[in-house]
Amino acid sequence: MARPVQYNVKNEGGKPIQVVGAPEGFSGEGFFTAKLSDVVGLARKNSIWPLPFATSCCGIEFMATMASHYDLSRFGAERVGFSPRQCDLLMVMGTIAKKMGPVVRQVYLQMAEPRWVLSVGACASSGGIFDTYSVLQGIDQIIPVDVYVPGCPPRPEAIIDGFMKIQELVGKESIRRRNGEQYKQLMESYGIQ
Amino acid sequence: MELTNDIIKQRLAEKFGDQVSRFEETYGMLSFEAPKELNLKVLQFLFDDEVLQFRFLTDLCAVNYPDDKGRELAVVYHLHNLVNNVRLRFKVFTPVETPDVFSATAIHAGANWMERETYDFFGVNFVGHPNLKRILNVDEMDYFPLRKEYPLEDQTRIDKDDAMFGR
Repeated sequence: MARPVQYNVKNEGGKPIQVVGAPEGFSGEGFFTAKLSDVVGLARKNSIWPLPFATSCCGIEFMATMASHYDLSRFGAERVGFSPRQCDLLMVMGTIAKKMGPVVRQVYLQMAEPRWVLSVGACASSGGIFDTYSVLQGIDQIIPVDVYVPGCPPRPEAIIDGFMKIQELVGKESIRRRNGEQYKQLMESYGIQ
Repeated sequence: MELTNDIIKQRLAEKFGDQVSRFEETYGMLSFEAPKELNLKVLQFLFDDEVLQFRFLTDLCAVNYPDDKGRELAVVYHLHNLVNNVRLRFKVFTPVETPDVFSATAIHAGANWMERETYDFFGVNFVGHPNLKRILNVDEMDYFPLRKEYPLEDQTRIDKDDAMFGR
């Protein structure tokens, strides 16, 4: 029998509801102090705006991930932006042909810092089964990638797992990392200013 | 009167004599060959002739036969008579060193993109084509990938260890 709606709304099952905890800090009467980077990280990681770049079957799995059953909005990512300038996370899902490469790169360049990239599926990560003259053998040849999700295609659980790994990165990232020498070198190695 | 393969064969033979050759009927579909210099004349005849009326170019593609010296590249025209619903294939062969074939764009406007695609993948140089440049592959590509002289796998890969793939 289907569960009544109130089960989810009123939590009559008595299951613990996970609420994002406060960052580490010092609290007293009427005040709370914490590191700014923790607070910013907390805010960022729970409000990631994904930009889906779906070119094939992994994109279908992403649709399931966004839909009610798996529901990516539970992670604060219900706002899928279709303008790269608004988005934080580029989700590349599917085979990227060499001719599509400059488009992916352009989209990445149009995103504002800080930005992250999730490469979903075998094709985006390595070219997958398409070991051929027309297919880019992994998007990391043209843009830096933060998290790779394996699978052909990966199940929605795997995409969510990848997304949570991204959240972890976002939450822990130092505010100054993007000005760091290492980050600049990484961008340099891709020829990105 | 029904348009049969025999009638097509007969009319072509009347017009072009010995120059059209290698008539075959695979699964009932007629295919024949002509010298590449005659390709436009044959296409025009097939188009204009009152009986034949092959006025729709279904497809245009090439085939590479690397072992057939002097006839390495075949350009295949798939034609359709829409009045009688009859199809045929017409082939011309060209050596791979001089892959020049006259463009059919003047007769069939639809040949434009198909010839670009054929050029893109096989490097057939369609003489008289208004805009012969790559259509599907990246513009920077400096070879014709569907010729059988190249390995199938991407040679730009650096992460593949042959030992792991049994080679």
